[in-house]
Amino acid sequence: MHVWINGERHELAVGASVLDALDALGAPRTGVAVAVDGEVIPRADWASARLAAAARIEVLTAVQGG
Amino acid sequence: MPTDDPLVLGGHKIASRLIMGTGGAGNLEILERALLASGTALTTVAMRRIDAASGTGVLDLLRRLGIEVLPNTAGCRTAAEAVFTARLAREALETDLVKLEVIADERTLLPDPIELLDAAEQLVDDGFTVLPYTNDDPVLARKLEGAGCAAVMPLGSPIGTGLGIRNPHNIAMIVEQTRVPVVLDAGIGTASEAAQAMELGCDAVLLATAVTRAGDPERMAHAMRLAVEAGRAAHGAGRIPRRYWATASSPDPDPGP
Repeated sequence: MHVWINGERHELAVGASVLDALDALGAPRTGVAVAVDGEVIPRADWASARLAAAARIEVLTAVQGG
Repeated sequence: MPTDDPLVLGGHKIASRLIMGTGGAGNLEILERALLASGTALTTVAMRRIDAASGTGVLDLLRRLGIEVLPNTAGCRTAAEAVFTARLAREALETDLVKLEVIADERTLLPDPIELLDAAEQLVDDGFTVLPYTNDDPVLARKLEGAGCAAVMPLGSPIGTGLGIRNPHNIAMIVEQTRVPVVLDAGIGTASEAAQAMELGCDAVLLATAVTRAGDPERMAHAMRLAVEAGRAAHGAGRIPRRYWATASSPDPDPGP
């Protein structure tokens, strides 16, 4: 199935989790936050939260600012 | 010399009264030298999509230097956007601190007071330690304090202008009426303005551009550190009253022979 991670299309296995999406991006598991379709997913749920086809996933971290 | 009380923001004791931003530094090496020279213990970051090239570099730097991270909601234009960004920051950085910014437009970067107060109320309810970047308006500052914010952070002048404190009397009124810490945030251009903020009774100064875009960021960071300490000490010492006419500081001359 395809999903959108930070605006780019990725192919993931059906039933993929938030952790699979992080791996697809090569993102670390600390210092990042994840939202799926506009909802923040708590870190504790990353392994269990299943992604739906065409889900829009945002992976954010701290950058220079302010 | 009396030792100064620590700055307390919610449940966080902060060892320096100079809060730094990380925006505008040419690279992380320049930023590191500036942060060390500033003596800061709390420094802002923004939340953006992770980029494979830079990864979590800023965060790694702050952790290595032992500086507490203060995520901001820069770029947010509505309460809903700011609340969402704050929740993402809490997940990513495992802190309840948030510098709440809700900006009205790109030209002035002034806070939108209505959205700001709405976001502050929601985030306080959600358990955040909310530090709102606000206009230099004593009425709005009072409402933000009433909403349960852990500090109020009025601007001296618009972000990045370096115009200093345009309305010192408003800042003095905010200091006079506010029980939580007052942090002068935005507009500082040079060291004398940071000292002025502290002399007006502010509890801390937050600045970024004045250091990161200075000709020599490390040297300016050191200057800001000294200025904040000097202004704090002068405020605590109690300045002399202003007088219209001169007052001799030496004894009267002896009578002639």
